[in-house]
Amino acid sequence: MSMRSLTFDAIIIGGGGSGLRAALELAKSGKKTAVLSKVFPTRSHTVSAQGGITCAIASADPNDDWRWHMYDTVKGGDYITDQDAAEYMCSEGPKSVFELEHMGLPFSRFDNGRIYQRPFGGQSKDFGKGGQAARTCAAADRTGHALLHTLYQNNLKNNTTFLNEWYAVDLVKNANNDVVGCIAMCIETGEVVHVKSKATVLATGGAGRIYASTTNALINTGDGIGMALRAGFPMQDMEMWQFHPTGIYGAGVLVTEGCRGEGGYLVNKDGERFMERYAPNAKDLAGRDVVARSMVMEILEGRGCGEKGDHVYLKLDHLGEEVLGKRLPGIVELSKTFAAADPAKEPIPVVPTCHYMMGGIPTNVHGQAIMQDADGKDQIINGLFACGEAACVSVHGANRLGGNSLLDLVVFGRAAGMYIEGALNEGIDYLDASQSDIDSALARMNRWNESGNGESIPALRAELQDIMQTSFGVFRQEDHMQEGVKKLADLRGRIAEAHLPDKSNAFNTARVEALELDNLMEVAEATAISALERKESRGAHSRYDYPDRDDANWLKHSIYFPLEKRLGKRDVNFKPKTVDTFEPKVRTY
Amino acid sequence: MSTLQVSLYRYNPETDSAPYMQEFQIDTQGRDLMVLNVLELIKEQDSTMVYRRSCREGVCGSDGMNMNGKNGLACVTPLSDVVRNNKLVLRPLPGLPVIRDLVVDMGIFYRQYERIQPYLQNDDPTPAIERLQSPEDRDKLDGLYECILCACCSSSCPSFWWNPDKFVGPAGLLQSYRFLADSRDTATRDRLADLEDPFSVFRCRGIMNCVSVCPKGLNPTRAIGKIREMLLTNAT
Repeated sequence: MSMRSLTFDAIIIGGGGSGLRAALELAKSGKKTAVLSKVFPTRSHTVSAQGGITCAIASADPNDDWRWHMYDTVKGGDYITDQDAAEYMCSEGPKSVFELEHMGLPFSRFDNGRIYQRPFGGQSKDFGKGGQAARTCAAADRTGHALLHTLYQNNLKNNTTFLNEWYAVDLVKNANNDVVGCIAMCIETGEVVHVKSKATVLATGGAGRIYASTTNALINTGDGIGMALRAGFPMQDMEMWQFHPTGIYGAGVLVTEGCRGEGGYLVNKDGERFMERYAPNAKDLAGRDVVARSMVMEILEGRGCGEKGDHVYLKLDHLGEEVLGKRLPGIVELSKTFAAADPAKEPIPVVPTCHYMMGGIPTNVHGQAIMQDADGKDQIINGLFACGEAACVSVHGANRLGGNSLLDLVVFGRAAGMYIEGALNEGIDYLDASQSDIDSALARMNRWNESGNGESIPALRAELQDIMQTSFGVFRQEDHMQEGVKKLADLRGRIAEAHLPDKSNAFNTARVEALELDNLMEVAEATAISALERKESRGAHSRYDYPDRDDANWLKHSIYFPLEKRLGKRDVNFKPKTVDTFEPKVRTY
Repeated sequence: MSTLQVSLYRYNPETDSAPYMQEFQIDTQGRDLMVLNVLELIKEQDSTMVYRRSCREGVCGSDGMNMNGKNGLACVTPLSDVVRNNKLVLRPLPGLPVIRDLVVDMGIFYRQYERIQPYLQNDDPTPAIERLQSPEDRDKLDGLYECILCACCSSSCPSFWWNPDKFVGPAGLLQSYRFLADSRDTATRDRLADLEDPFSVFRCRGIMNCVSVCPKGLNPTRAIGKIREMLLTNAT
């Protein structure tokens, strides 16, 4: 049976914030583009973002300055943030936020009618010398929902083509290693097609589902990362996973940092506001990595709450029902549903929970994916782009600041769209894929479709998640990680022989879960090997056996090569164009 | 008793000539699980059973379904809210074509959403910063913009069942009013003109099924009432 092919100038894989922002740019340009998303776009994980989008729009503070935001971002990333990228994001940010407002995003407002901004973790005025800033623009505590729906609505307005509930299986490369499209499956019918495209944008988001406990949606399986790794392309800083301080104990559901921005704080079983000891200045609004580690220390030292002493409390009752109802209505709802606690009366049980992948596909500020040549020099991958959480530009370095994720999505989604439009105008001409190129991209799907017996997909997935949770959590050490890497290698062999019992075509979600499992495996292994090899502690990567930051050896990005399963290094950019370099300093809050 | 009796709507277009109900015994170990967790346990037993899900926290709107006769989101519905006599009956959202098992074709629902032009319209030149909006004007959007497009409301509405092609339905009308109520939107006249027929708005009979099922606690009936008022004021 011959396979149908669809041809586009650009295909955007993923319908979350960054994919929709890129799509909007391209739809306006009149290029033949489509968004391919495994869920209806407003079901993407951007919808779960709560607290806001951090940006120096100078609303709460008329003197606010994007350079202060850039300083916070570089410091927050423990100095492996690329300074040219942080400069681009922080300086271009206001334009992107105002644009969202013009599109209709229902931001909360100050009395003067300007956009409401709240304090978030790691924010300062005057390069850390002016105290806490309030820089996170919010639509109550539903900013991600408001942002995603606004972008979807504006794509409707601009007649973007959507392939909704389509699943991208693998990238298609030509003989020159250029990316010339992908293999994709229509979930409703099971039809598999060859999508030909001059530009392929991976906007597939994060992969928090490699951990047993995560704030991430069930769909966050790192599909783009898996596709890029299988195509042989490298990943950057994959050891850097953010554990959000406040996931609801047991359920893993996120409770926004905005709670602490509005005045909430964490307490241990003695009712002590323990962050005062760990971060005397910023307290509960220190960097997320710092707060998460402090919480784990409290628990390990026997000051955790509950029968098992394995969580702490987030106290909000002193804020009063009015503030909770006005600024944090979604949190009140989630806490009642998932913790059986009314925050107006009692604290919310919380525990650090896997939240965000700082690493990903290395790109430049135009979203062009990067690999290294034989001499270790950066080399653009023709035809491949990435933006949003799947990409590592890197604006987040070793630890992302709260509210910087939504900004990253819209700034770099837009940048990728603009760059692709320009490139298409100049003309892109890559060699077509041969039949054998297409066959290699189909191999994985065919393997599952032909599987006759073997282990079950849910069991293998649970095992993978347990390995990651046990060996690659908030604190890490050599022997546990070695054990984890060994177990993952074994698991890879077993997944390669696992069984897909349901071979039907119509809306076969078991097949989607099988294909997702391969991606979880790729992401987990890249994470594990990168974590084992980075022999220092920096940002979110904390090792008992190497407790200090080692700038002499590791003021670098890690770069993971999947074919050799080898970790190399890549230079961090210290050359912003319009401001002086922020030199690495000891990071305290 | 920790074994839950689940009766599940099954239909696979490739193998079944008609839908049927299948029984499952699920060991909940005495926990007050969410309905979504029960579906996950069933899928571990029978991987051919299909449903949509994403955020699992009630904000993405994927897992709208009919649980013991009432529409809602499986991920934020605890068993204790819906189970009676230890029995749970799960069906797809009513009134929409079934693709397979609990997965419905939402095409007509989305088309009604698109029809109301769900995006801000304002042809004035954009300012260099944001458009200003007073907190009071912004408050008018509360209870409107939070819609997650789960279709629980429209698929519980008899008027939508009868005229899904002509009656916009509660979800679409809630969003229509979200833009009519926005002080930044200048297309009020056109938006109302587009709704001025016997079906688009006026097929609502005010039975408030939409209000009783909305998992976000929103009130489409009130929004429809406001649109009617605007249409009538406009007409005089």
